[in-house]
Amino acid sequence: MDEQVKVSGSLRHRLAVSLIGGAAVLSVVLYGVVRAYAAQIAQQGQDSILAASVTSILDAAVLREGRVEVDFPYASFSMLTTPADDRVFYAIYRDETLLSGYKDLPLPSVGEGGGQQSHSDVYVGVPVRMSTASRTLLGTNVKTRITVSVAQTQDALSDTLNGISRNVASVGVGFFVLVVLLSFWATSITIAPLKRLTSSVTRRGPQDLSPVAKPVPTEMAPLVASLNRLMARLNQSLTQSEDFIAEAAHRVRTPLATVRSHAETTLQRVEQDENRQALRAMIRAIDESSRAAGQLLDHAMISFRADQLERQELDLVELVQELVLRLTPVAELKDIDLSLQIDGPVPLLGDPILLQNAIRNLIDNALKYSPSESVIAVCVRRDPGATVEVRDQGPGFPEDEIDDLALRFSRGHNAEGTIGSGLGLTIAQDVAVAHGGSLTLSNLQEGGACVIFSV
Amino acid sequence: MKFLLVEDNLELANAVCARMAMDGHIVDHAGKIGDAIAFSETGDYDLILLDIMLPDGDGRSFLKQHREQKQDTPVIVLTARSQVSDRISMLDLGADDYVTKPFDHEELQARCRAVLRRQAGKAQTVLQLGDVSFDPVAGLLTVAGSARNLRNRELRLLELLINAPGQIFPKHKLVDRLFSYDEDVSENAVEVYIARLRKHLEGSELKISTHRGLGYRLDHG
Repeated sequence: MDEQVKVSGSLRHRLAVSLIGGAAVLSVVLYGVVRAYAAQIAQQGQDSILAASVTSILDAAVLREGRVEVDFPYASFSMLTTPADDRVFYAIYRDETLLSGYKDLPLPSVGEGGGQQSHSDVYVGVPVRMSTASRTLLGTNVKTRITVSVAQTQDALSDTLNGISRNVASVGVGFFVLVVLLSFWATSITIAPLKRLTSSVTRRGPQDLSPVAKPVPTEMAPLVASLNRLMARLNQSLTQSEDFIAEAAHRVRTPLATVRSHAETTLQRVEQDENRQALRAMIRAIDESSRAAGQLLDHAMISFRADQLERQELDLVELVQELVLRLTPVAELKDIDLSLQIDGPVPLLGDPILLQNAIRNLIDNALKYSPSESVIAVCVRRDPGATVEVRDQGPGFPEDEIDDLALRFSRGHNAEGTIGSGLGLTIAQDVAVAHGGSLTLSNLQEGGACVIFSV
Repeated sequence: MKFLLVEDNLELANAVCARMAMDGHIVDHAGKIGDAIAFSETGDYDLILLDIMLPDGDGRSFLKQHREQKQDTPVIVLTARSQVSDRISMLDLGADDYVTKPFDHEELQARCRAVLRRQAGKAQTVLQLGDVSFDPVAGLLTVAGSARNLRNRELRLLELLINAPGQIFPKHKLVDRLFSYDEDVSENAVEVYIARLRKHLEGSELKISTHRGLGYRLDHG
């Protein structure tokens, strides 16, 4: 059974892709946030050292006799030492005049408040961080304003930042890999109930139309409920059609049986030859139609069962013995002996209903075409494969038609005088083929037909 | 033999009863399961012929009940269903055999005979005529104390004749009873079986006489 199903995407892939995509975005955001936060912290550190340096210089500035003296404390610059040997620039202004330092150090405009101010700038082609503060010195009749700027390159800072970035990046990549693994696991966990449902539906036998009883997740409940309803409907319609066939058979066969019984009874009383001919023809027609109806129903049932073969362990010998026992009274009516030849049980995996029907058709055929007081031999063999061979002493098969006789509605040209539907051998062949076997027709040298049914 | 026929179709039941009566059987007819139970409790039947689809239920439930009550009267099911699965389920329920409608009366007779034969120990109807005794169920003919085995057609022919000694049976009637309707046989085919029966009856008080243009008659003494 390979039905074509339109496939559009995969739930597993969709789930995995969205989980992995989310993880990638989260990793990048994490990297950015941590790096920015680290940069901010590092900048604050540098700023506070620069501010301390500026304050210490400002504190050292004194006004003496109208002159400004600045005696740099050693710590003012030593506190700025970094492992990366960052360069330090400074400038000290008295009002607008440069007292000491680098005159082209770009100076921010410092407000009157005299607070500390930090900003980033570029000096001699490298980015620097600069802290500026000012202080008003009061002397005798003098009021002067001292502004101190200290700038430092940011090599150490960027080294630190790069270090942090590398660590954050590896944490991000690790996080990402972990989430990818987790997402595969989560996908499998999520898909598992779906897989379980699929296998429990796939594994059930062809006749099993019971609802799915195992608990399923909420999201799958509507699907499973629909599936159960569908199976219930299917079951109902199958039961209905079986009941319908039984009812139809009853409706057709009971009146036929009535007519046949009346015809037979009347035939016993009627003397006139033409009336007798008519009654015999009537009985034959009834037999013909009932047999055809029976065979058609059997054939439909067999096609259905052969499509979805239900094999069970059985003994072919036992099955044939039962059949022979049941057909013996019919054989006796023509004084035909049914001889059963067996040697030990023949175990087999198969559908007993199909096998019984097929073999019954073969024996029925032999009975129909056998002359009175003849013998029909039924042999069941185990080697080389399980076979049932039916040999009769009838006219045999017409040699030129022997290959076509198993075709539907095909009957031998020498079968005209016998009631039949032409479906018996077809049924037997279909059953043999469904069990992986074959049906072989041949004629015996000493006369009579031989049918070998192997499975 | 006393049969109980459980069949809701009155027409069919009448036809079967009439046909059975021709063979010398007594047949009671029940149209419902309820009647069938009443009949089977009071009457002592040799065989029950049971239809499956009945107005007040499934014939199989009667069969089940019948078997649960340990009644061993053999049951032959008359079924319109041809499906093998149905047939098998009926045998599982304890039916002894089944015939599919529409049935050949001779086949039904043959099945009845086969089923009755299996019921060993049951009171049997042995016909006694002069020094000949005949058990149609067992197919056993005893002439002056020596048993002779009859083949099926010989047995059926003798059964016909012995049930109505002194009556002339036309050839065509005998053909109808001995051969199935799809066999094309001439009336002369009966002669073979008459000859064989004569041989079996040799040395007894029974003789089969030929009446030209009329048929055969079994004469006693």
